[in-house]
Amino acid sequence: MLFRQAGIRHTDYAADRALFPIPVDRLMVIALLLFSLAAPYVVSSLALSSYLTPWLVWTAATLGLNLILGWAGQFHFGYAAIMGIGAYAAVHGVKHGIPWEIAVVLGGLTATVVGSVFAFAALRVKGLYLALSTLALQFVMDWVISHVPAISGGVGATLQAPAMKLLGLAVRSESGLYYVALGWCLIVTLFMLNLRRTALGRALVAVREKDFAAAVIGVQSFRYKLVAFATSSFIGGVSGAVLIFTFYHAVTPEQFAVNVSIELLAMVIVGGLGSIIGSWFGAAFILLMPGQIHQLIAWLAGLVGAPIGVETLAHLPHAVYGALIVGFLLVEPMGLGKLYANVRNYLLVWPFGYARK
Amino acid sequence: MDLNYFLELGINGALAGLMYSLVAMGIVLIYKSSSVPNLAQGALTMVGAYVVLAYANGLGLSMWLAIPLAMATMCAMGVAVERVALRRLAGRPIVMILMMTLGLDIFLRATTMAISGGTARPMRIGITDDPMFLGSLLLNRAYVVGAVVTLALFAGFVLFFRTRRGAVLRAIADDYMASWSVGISVERGVALSWALASMTATAAGVLWGSIQGVDQSLSLLLLKGITVAVLGGMDSLGGAILAGIGLGAFEAIASGVLDPMLGGGSRDLVVALVLIVTIMVRPHGLFGRHDIERL
Repeated sequence: MLFRQAGIRHTDYAADRALFPIPVDRLMVIALLLFSLAAPYVVSSLALSSYLTPWLVWTAATLGLNLILGWAGQFHFGYAAIMGIGAYAAVHGVKHGIPWEIAVVLGGLTATVVGSVFAFAALRVKGLYLALSTLALQFVMDWVISHVPAISGGVGATLQAPAMKLLGLAVRSESGLYYVALGWCLIVTLFMLNLRRTALGRALVAVREKDFAAAVIGVQSFRYKLVAFATSSFIGGVSGAVLIFTFYHAVTPEQFAVNVSIELLAMVIVGGLGSIIGSWFGAAFILLMPGQIHQLIAWLAGLVGAPIGVETLAHLPHAVYGALIVGFLLVEPMGLGKLYANVRNYLLVWPFGYARK
Repeated sequence: MDLNYFLELGINGALAGLMYSLVAMGIVLIYKSSSVPNLAQGALTMVGAYVVLAYANGLGLSMWLAIPLAMATMCAMGVAVERVALRRLAGRPIVMILMMTLGLDIFLRATTMAISGGTARPMRIGITDDPMFLGSLLLNRAYVVGAVVTLALFAGFVLFFRTRRGAVLRAIADDYMASWSVGISVERGVALSWALASMTATAAGVLWGSIQGVDQSLSLLLLKGITVAVLGGMDSLGGAILAGIGLGAFEAIASGVLDPMLGGGSRDLVVALVLIVTIMVRPHGLFGRHDIERL
């Protein structure tokens, strides 16, 4: 009823291959786009700079990790390190007078080169052993970043990011930074939406399902694993750089430590493996939930009149975060994206529920 | 830079390494029985130490009563974790299982912190600070005690695996489908392995807690434990012991050499590099089985 399919006839190839063949989907996307463009004038400045902007950048990063984990089926427990490499490379590039756009792409390329090192681990082992070796690489990268003064400026140092100049214009306002984040996130989302219907995307899925079988039908699994790691590292590197320039404004090694890698994994899992809208939901959920839980608990404690220690209050959101990962895996392993798909599938044929799609 | 210095580093390192084996043994026990790589073992170690402290300080029991009580509590908790969280994931893709243990790790750590706060607490189990010498080498008494406890537990496991119940566990580790078909309760075996792993985690928590104090950093033993487990072969208890000795000695000597050159903090780097090299060169470890999935 809501997602009416009657009248969609696929009479030419272009219509058949449209990203959103159902009119309601198209309308929703257009409405969301309009809202995202109008957001700086609609939402408060606090919500814009501390919720929406980081959400967009983390969504881009989550999509990058989803490319490797959800599409290619390869583990990556060191994605934060890749983001960090992109961020540091871009910041150093801008500091040395390279224009911002080129520096960010350079950051992405540096991350691609380093990320391909992870791919060589993937060419040799898989499953648990790939997970552990990428985790170990994360530790090594962390150590290198924080202990080489030429990169981080010494142990415990903070590197101030220079002001951002897009096409020669300084971007300082909150809404300007928001638009940059929005632009990058939309580029990545469009790329991922299109990836699904390209030969590359299908080859990645073939490798994920069974690499031997993929090799039998002529998909070189080595090559596609390498491509997957390189592409997702590029997305991760640029996302790291954009995150620094639009949100953190300064870069320290702790911003890209191992717990951030796990947080990104949680975003992908909670959102749903291989789901694009799920990545948006997952990033929002993991990013914004702790603050909300914190407020909720403080409010409840005030309501009941039971005083909660500062430390307890600080750690409870983390406990809820862990419990949510466990809960999602038990109840809906395919994450929020699957929940959305369930609702949508229900509405596709509503009120004729017997006509299963 | 004399030989004696390195010998001392190596021996103390090997003793400390045996205590890494304690963490690794828990990982190996669970992996053997159910192919679950338990990334929450570090958190279990930490929780074990806190439970001991809760019995000792909260209820005012003596340490020697608190430790067995805590072990029993942790056994129950391990069984509960297996029953609630991991049994339903059997047969699911490994990414789900890894993520589940990571989620458990976060949950256990944060819950413990929320209950008992983040300040480090001492764990006194009556090890004196008197120097202990082997010839002219100075040994760390706490490490010696830890190594002895580890070896005793290992001997206990070796004996246990010769009993009827131990044979059941070995059968499950060998081929759980076949075990199932001859009427062995695989579920009970897996639960037993979680109980045993939680027990070793408590022992590790007490020993490491007595050395570095009880706080959140106990859960960081996971990296060392998992490295030892992989180096020894994920499914070999004896391998975990030998790998622990080897990794401990190597880590101590390598960081002894590297620290002055790199300005400190190279311990975790060495461990991570050992993990990478092991996986690249010999993924099945020193004594693991060969049937590990690889290309």
